[in-house]
Amino acid sequence: MTHQFPSLSPEQKEELATIAQRIVAPGKGILAADESVGTMGKRLQNINVENTEENRRCFRDLLFSVNPTIAESVGGVIFFHETLYQKSDKGILFPQVVKEKGIVVGIKVDKGTAALNGTDGETTTQGLDGLSERCSQYKKDGCDFAKWRCVLKISDSCPSALAIAENANVLARYASICQQNGLVPIVEPEILPDGDHDLQRCQYVTEKVLAAVYKALSDHHVYLEGTLLKPNMVTAGHSCPKKFTPQEVAMATVTALRRTVPVSVPGEGGEASLNLNAINQTPLARPWRLTFSYGRALQASALAVWQGQAGNREAAQEAFCSRAKINGLASKGDYKPTGEADQAATQSLYTASYVY
Amino acid sequence: MTHQYPALTPEQKKELQDIAERIVAPGKGILAADESVGSMAKRLNQIGVENTEENRRLYRQLLFSADERIDSCIGGVIFFHETMYQNADDGTPFVKMIRDRGIVVGIKRYLSISTFLQVDKGVVPLAGTDGETTTQGLDGLSERCAQYKKDGADFAKWRCVLKISENTPSQLAIMENANVLARYASICQQNGIVPIVEPEILPDGDHDLKRCQYITEKVLAAVYKALSDHHVYLEGTLLKPNMVTPGHACPTKYGSEEIAMATVTALRRTVPPAVTGVTFLSGGQSEEEASVNLNAINTCPLGKPWALTFSYGRALQASALNAWRGQKENETAATEEFIKRAEVNGLAAQGKYVSSGDSSGAAGKSLYVANHAY
Repeated sequence: MTHQFPSLSPEQKEELATIAQRIVAPGKGILAADESVGTMGKRLQNINVENTEENRRCFRDLLFSVNPTIAESVGGVIFFHETLYQKSDKGILFPQVVKEKGIVVGIKVDKGTAALNGTDGETTTQGLDGLSERCSQYKKDGCDFAKWRCVLKISDSCPSALAIAENANVLARYASICQQNGLVPIVEPEILPDGDHDLQRCQYVTEKVLAAVYKALSDHHVYLEGTLLKPNMVTAGHSCPKKFTPQEVAMATVTALRRTVPVSVPGEGGEASLNLNAINQTPLARPWRLTFSYGRALQASALAVWQGQAGNREAAQEAFCSRAKINGLASKGDYKPTGEADQAATQSLYTASYVY
Repeated sequence: MTHQYPALTPEQKKELQDIAERIVAPGKGILAADESVGSMAKRLNQIGVENTEENRRLYRQLLFSADERIDSCIGGVIFFHETMYQNADDGTPFVKMIRDRGIVVGIKRYLSISTFLQVDKGVVPLAGTDGETTTQGLDGLSERCAQYKKDGADFAKWRCVLKISENTPSQLAIMENANVLARYASICQQNGIVPIVEPEILPDGDHDLKRCQYITEKVLAAVYKALSDHHVYLEGTLLKPNMVTPGHACPTKYGSEEIAMATVTALRRTVPPAVTGVTFLSGGQSEEEASVNLNAINTCPLGKPWALTFSYGRALQASALNAWRGQKENETAATEEFIKRAEVNGLAAQGKYVSSGDSSGAAGKSLYVANHAY
């Protein structure tokens, strides 16, 4: 504790900080295109498309081959492992397609949740074994950032002290290993929106969780300037009888972040355009950039339009670019929603107890 | 952990935040006039003045009767217990004098070990460590805070001390001091008093700037985790840290920009934006050094969401004491010295102080080393 044994050289630090800044540059956010095979299966099932490797490749190609102006709204794309080694219709590896647009490539590196015994259904996340070697390989294969998702839930007895401590610790271990291999770790302590708790409760729990996360990152000597945070927005539970406005959500979210997230963290990704817009308009000082890291929210319209039909490809790409642009604006607080919104965009994207 | 049992009502929170903001309003800082009887003895001894209660009263009066020029640069004054209940020559209580000018009154909050033993410190040893300490004073703290609040105090100060050496600070020292600071903060807030949280890392030693930065980051991370655990309302607190400096005996010399960069980097990595203000201690720096460093901190080209100002004792009073030397005829001159330092630090807190001694701001900026090296 008393002596520093520097974990990173100044050059390594500079590289990490630069990557992080590029991902959350003003007006930009992250496209989470890292759905596992199983999750893609559910998405494709919704539009009656068979879950084959080719269909998954086809859909990702649709997204990655859009006009390079997409780079104005998207700073980074998170890949699923399979996708990293697939090629576009023109035969170019996807990481290269994305990088050529000036977008940073990321990869999900966790291996899903594992039960915490003696708790009320709580989990930690696994994936640390051989993580360093995997990160090293991913770096060679074109990745510059990584994602790891921890999950917590709110109920009468949750999250427990163990769940908070264990998930914070495993996130810190992951972050430390990533940085050693030149990957910027996105730290994701997601508190699920399941439940009937109100906004205040979510804010309280979020503050406790984030405080634990940043203490763990400090303990593990993680270089904060070379990290990103992906927190949940502070919202009421989905079955909460009381409704809250985007402004209330924004206020609660920004307050929680102000109380826990050190200024040296370059930026965070949250959810949902309207909320993000409200967040970037709240009258509270926000010293980090607040932007989006979206999966479903960016892709739902595109999937609905595509329906697996080649003929719908262009229209689907339009829909995707449109959502990306809107979110780019929202990340600057410049989004003005019009009265009419397409159905896929407004349909609640909530799936009970969502598992990746 | 899962359910909130709100420690403060919205009204209590608002009051605390308002007090904190008033203390560190732009251009303002704190006069730490809370030297214990023992500390005052040392100061008065140096100028050949006897350490009597009357002399201490006369000296504090000299400071508090400064004219309206200090109203724009002093946001708060920390009192020693004795001073809280002393009056000016015309019978006006010091507390009233200060409050009437819109300056917030604070009280030093820790229990002195028995003066019979002549150990006039709030620290007690941590057994099993290499001479490390924690700070006592929690017993009956709530009742004392309630009383001080009635007597006019709106903020309090509690000093914890850590030191850097081969084996220190230890895990225990960091954790114990962070915890006791959080307990103190929690109790203060319950009584409408804004706690200034002071985890001072002493400048003694030959360690370099980087070592101090590293340790400061670890200590502050522990402090803010403890404050979170104890449900302390951050917007209603102030932090009083050491600047990040090399040890006094360090052979390497550093410029004020390097000190500023190291200090601001450490704070950015640990102090949540919700904290209203950071009021630095001067820790043995000379008056001019403390001002120049504070100025450099405020011109440092990194994002700084909190107020960054001063809470100086010696760095505000040294010249005044020297000018006074206990002589009544020197009182006005002494007060002038104090006002001068107060104004200088008020400017430094806004990054507007141009020291006559060294080069101007423009030349100074080029000396900032890229922050990724920190």
